[in-house]
Amino acid sequence: MPERVTASRAPVRKTYKLYIGGAFPRSESARSYVVDSARGGFLANAAQASRKDARDAVVAARKAFGKWSQATAYNRGQVLYRIAEMLEGRRAEFIDAVVAGEGVSARTARSTVDRAIDRWVWYAGWTDKIAQVFGGTNPVAGPYFDFSVPEPTGVVAVVAPQRSSLLGLVSVVAPVVASGNTTVVVASERRPLPAIALAEVLATSDLPGGVINLLTGITTELAPWLASHMDVNAIDLTGADPKQSTDLERRSADNIKRVLRAPAGGEPSWTGDPGVSRLGAFLETKTVWHPMGI
Amino acid sequence: MSSTPPVWEYAPAPESREIARLRSSYGMFVGGEFSAGSGGSFKTVNPATEEVLAEVADTGEADVDRAVRSARRAFDGSWGRMPGRERAKYVFRIARLIQERSRELAVLESLDNGKPIKESRDVDVPLAAAHLFYYAGWADKLEYAVPASANGRRPRPLGVAGQVIPWNFPLLMAAWKLAPALAAGNTCVLKPAETTPLSALVLAEICQQADLPPGVVNVLPGAGGTGRAVVSHPQIDKIAFTGSTEVGKEIARAAAGTDKRLTLELGGKAANVVFDDAPLDQAVEGIVNGVYFNQGHVCCAGSRLLVQESIADELLGALRRRLATLRLGDPLDKNTDIGAINSAEQLAKIRELTASGDAEGASRWSPPCTLPDRGFWFPPTVFTGVSQAHRIAREEIFGPVLSVLTFRTPDEAVQKANNTPYGLSAGIWTEKGSRILWMAQRLRAGVVWANTFNRFDPTSPFGGYQESGFGREGGRHGLEAYLDA
Repeated sequence: MPERVTASRAPVRKTYKLYIGGAFPRSESARSYVVDSARGGFLANAAQASRKDARDAVVAARKAFGKWSQATAYNRGQVLYRIAEMLEGRRAEFIDAVVAGEGVSARTARSTVDRAIDRWVWYAGWTDKIAQVFGGTNPVAGPYFDFSVPEPTGVVAVVAPQRSSLLGLVSVVAPVVASGNTTVVVASERRPLPAIALAEVLATSDLPGGVINLLTGITTELAPWLASHMDVNAIDLTGADPKQSTDLERRSADNIKRVLRAPAGGEPSWTGDPGVSRLGAFLETKTVWHPMGI
Repeated sequence: MSSTPPVWEYAPAPESREIARLRSSYGMFVGGEFSAGSGGSFKTVNPATEEVLAEVADTGEADVDRAVRSARRAFDGSWGRMPGRERAKYVFRIARLIQERSRELAVLESLDNGKPIKESRDVDVPLAAAHLFYYAGWADKLEYAVPASANGRRPRPLGVAGQVIPWNFPLLMAAWKLAPALAAGNTCVLKPAETTPLSALVLAEICQQADLPPGVVNVLPGAGGTGRAVVSHPQIDKIAFTGSTEVGKEIARAAAGTDKRLTLELGGKAANVVFDDAPLDQAVEGIVNGVYFNQGHVCCAGSRLLVQESIADELLGALRRRLATLRLGDPLDKNTDIGAINSAEQLAKIRELTASGDAEGASRWSPPCTLPDRGFWFPPTVFTGVSQAHRIAREEIFGPVLSVLTFRTPDEAVQKANNTPYGLSAGIWTEKGSRILWMAQRLRAGVVWANTFNRFDPTSPFGGYQESGFGREGGRHGLEAYLDA
């Protein structure tokens, strides 16, 4: 974050790290890269995640999947709402981060942060409605009770939007975890600081470690490893480099990953009503049959 | 074929093959007309006798291009502009025509595929008609099919659907693919499997009888090359594929970087889990139905039996007794339980995989069974002493072969059942309701049958987790796959 140096006191600056399994490691590769502000000045050195970091993050996400996916929808909603509470408490910090990273006015940044918080609240409210909206009972022709329930797809890799570093990030991550998936997120490459601040929010909320893992680094370097990872079940290519997306889709075929392609026409504004398409993208439908009779 | 002296033999009860109205040659169906393909012709054989049934037009890239253009014209023209309530009537008509010609279709299907007539007659054809009836009713209700979208836009069809289907349920798979596509307002290019093209071509004739506008449905018989040309055609908006995981991956790679929508129904290696309190006789019936139905040519077949150790001997004894009563032979005989393997190639695959079972130390058992001299046959087979590492426990066999593993605790059952890259289906057998729900929640599979197996219904979504594919067929979910919402 930019900070004012006064004559009396040198501020304590932050070291930016990754967020994997609920912990904040540096990259195992010991690499970092320079993050500039929208105006071009030095903001920070962010950790540059490696292939190994991405794999560690997938392991953490897989480990967390069992409990998170089996948690009650009510409980997941409580946890997501708690994240919104923590975000609200650090609103000022996020506004600063958005101003610095995206180069927008404080006013715009304020409304962006407010929307991001409200979006967490919206998805917090979705957790226990998904099954009713996406599932149901099926009137089969026979003496059977047959119902379909939506279930999480598994470990979802997310290539977060490049431009909208906070609202975009929240808009793609929240729906993934609301339905019980766990995720490995590659943050906006040039604007990673809101993601790191979000990681600090997540760490102090009630979200179990490993449910959301945040990597900072070079998107084109990390995305292929996640796309070809055999223990990743789905991938969201929203923020992927368009030049690379065909290759990423091709790699995703190796284990029949569910692929959410980047929106045609580039990154959307994120300010509109999110709808349910992102919730639906990472759901499986399980149908259960049982005979009926006496 | 029974080992122990049978109580009585059944007299043969063959269905007449005349009903199939088999012709010596079949063309491709493009733009509402039958015509010769540009690729010459190939022969389709009866797998039970190896007799050539008919010459079928082979199609190539030029034909695919013609079919896709014809489908595009139909989509841009009459079909695309037709109100849903009118479109519905055509789909209803097709459903009725299938019912009217059900005996013909059943016999034709058994001749071309090798499946027993009792299955084609009682399962394939009625279910095919049921799917068309179900989706016909959706055609004028599309705005209710998808959870409300934020932009308030009405759901729209995607355009031209390229549909590639397998040989195990040729007519049923055609109906699964065409019904939701047409109801949603798409037009279709359907490629039936190389070894079983006939019923899809009769279905094309039924589309003619229904006065379906030309180009709305096109049927292109052919082999893998034709399928590749369909899925890679630039004017295809939607690809729907049912078949092997291997080919599914190829198709997903081919669709990469395009804006084609994709649904895949791929392979499986389902666990059928039997607990010690299961109703034994029903479980045995479920196991038999689970893996020997349709000669095991079923992607959701319960090919891995996970039985609780304490009842393994008792259950296997009962299973062996039951298998000894199965009749293998002439698919057109109404008494036949197990028909022919669909092709020489498939038989070779089954033999290779079962040989690996022997080589890796599992014990093979089949009921005493005389196989006909001609045709492609494989007896119902049970492997015991199977470990999770064996190929027969990991790879899809797609034949009448059951691998038996044991477990001690419910947790172990869940772990073993989920120990697969597939996730299409699973079975649970127990009298304890709470255990059924507990298991059903933990099994990573798209369809879970509890105290039953291999049930299908057009209202019921079907499809896989993981490498068994994505998307669902059946129900509202199946319609969504053909809508832009």
